[in-house]
Amino acid sequence: MSAPNSAYPDIPEAQPEKPKRHEWPLWEIFIRGQHGMSHRHVGSLHAPDAEMAIKNARDVYTRRNEGVSIWAVEARHIAASSPGDKGPFYEPSESKVYRHPTFFDIPDEVGAM
Amino acid sequence: MYAQMVKSTGQGVKSLDEMEPQERAFQERINAGEKIEPKDWMPAGYRKNLIRQIGQHAHSEIVGQLPEGNWITRAPTLERKAILLAKVQDEAGHGLYLYCAAETLGVSRDELTEDLLSGKMKYSSIFNYPTLTWADMGAVGWLVDGAAIMNQVPLQRTSYGPYARAMVRICKEESFHQRQGYDIMMKMAQGTPAQKRMAQDALNRFWYPSLMMFGPSDADSVHSAQSMAWKIKMNTNDELRQKFVDQTVPQAEYLGLTVPDETLEWNDDKGGYDFAEPDWSEFFDVIKGNGPCNVERLAARNKAWDDGKWVREGLLAHAEKRASKKVAAE
Ligand SMILES: [Fe+2]
Ligand SMILES: [Fe+2]
Ligand SMILES: [Fe+2]
Repeated sequence: MSAPNSAYPDIPEAQPEKPKRHEWPLWEIFIRGQHGMSHRHVGSLHAPDAEMAIKNARDVYTRRNEGVSIWAVEARHIAASSPGDKGPFYEPSESKVYRHPTFFDIPDEVGAM
Repeated sequence: MYAQMVKSTGQGVKSLDEMEPQERAFQERINAGEKIEPKDWMPAGYRKNLIRQIGQHAHSEIVGQLPEGNWITRAPTLERKAILLAKVQDEAGHGLYLYCAAETLGVSRDELTEDLLSGKMKYSSIFNYPTLTWADMGAVGWLVDGAAIMNQVPLQRTSYGPYARAMVRICKEESFHQRQGYDIMMKMAQGTPAQKRMAQDALNRFWYPSLMMFGPSDADSVHSAQSMAWKIKMNTNDELRQKFVDQTVPQAEYLGLTVPDETLEWNDDKGGYDFAEPDWSEFFDVIKGNGPCNVERLAARNKAWDDGKWVREGLLAHAEKRASKKVAAE
């Protein structure tokens, strides 16, 4: 498996010797909805710092009461698995059918379980 | 549409047998309805095409704020003003979702912005028409957002994951846009004779430019065939235009307004209306930069970008200073 790397593509053909740009960094935004669910990735945005990222996220991603809590993570801090690993990386769980409750036959007489 | 006349590789669509194994596997995933995600392998043409299409779409959302922004300070009531403001803010958000989707392909938002400002990248022809009266706010929401919805609803199923997800968010908000527009049209059409005349006039001016939003017929276009094979375009321009006309004509009738097309007629055989094509030479002229508001629109975007420079730089400098202080204190 290759080393964990960024969530964004690293494609040389799309970046032919571009000069380094001085831009507001990119933040990934996670929001917890009204109903006590975990934070969910909703999208991204640019902001100079974390405080502004959260304010911008409030303005863009909670315009219709979508959330009660916001996480902002700078995109470059996210480590991602690589798509090439898909098969081998997840393979260990494929053969372990006994991890699912349906693997076991429990007689009806036992009742709900 | 919001992305009109996006050119693909122009080489025609390869059959699966003509493809190298990697490309073939990619196409088979698309055929099977799988989503392509940012780090997956993709043909260079797919990436390039998507950047153009999503970029153009994003630019349209941003420039599209201008014709309606024009009326925020002159809305007839405080409630209408608040509604219009919310609608225009939504469009800024749509631009943001789309720029972010484009950024997952390896281009930065500021780069795309610079290409818009220099005129290298396009935005939808529709936003180069002026909004002359309050009734135009009705016509824009009803017709322009209505036409946009026609195109965006199927794009929720597009093959590129981040684009499809942006479309899902956008579509949720668009129906508010169209309804608020139609609501304005209803008020105007049921109002005084002068208000009704304004509503009819707005329909007259926006009808053909709205039909142009779908772009010229592309039934024989190799670009469109490739985009459709890649599922970054889901329907032909003519299909969408037909759907739009069929949906919109009864809505105009309900308002008691007349669609400015004498040839308009229900065709029982095809189960849709026959209607007149817009003037495509006007369309090409607008695309080239000669529409009534092209110069004004680009000038407004350039001014906003230039005027905002000190804010962008100032906030970045502040953030960097604070970050370095924090490091020094640790
Ligand atoms: Fe929009
Ligand atoms: Fe729009
Ligand atoms: Fe809209």
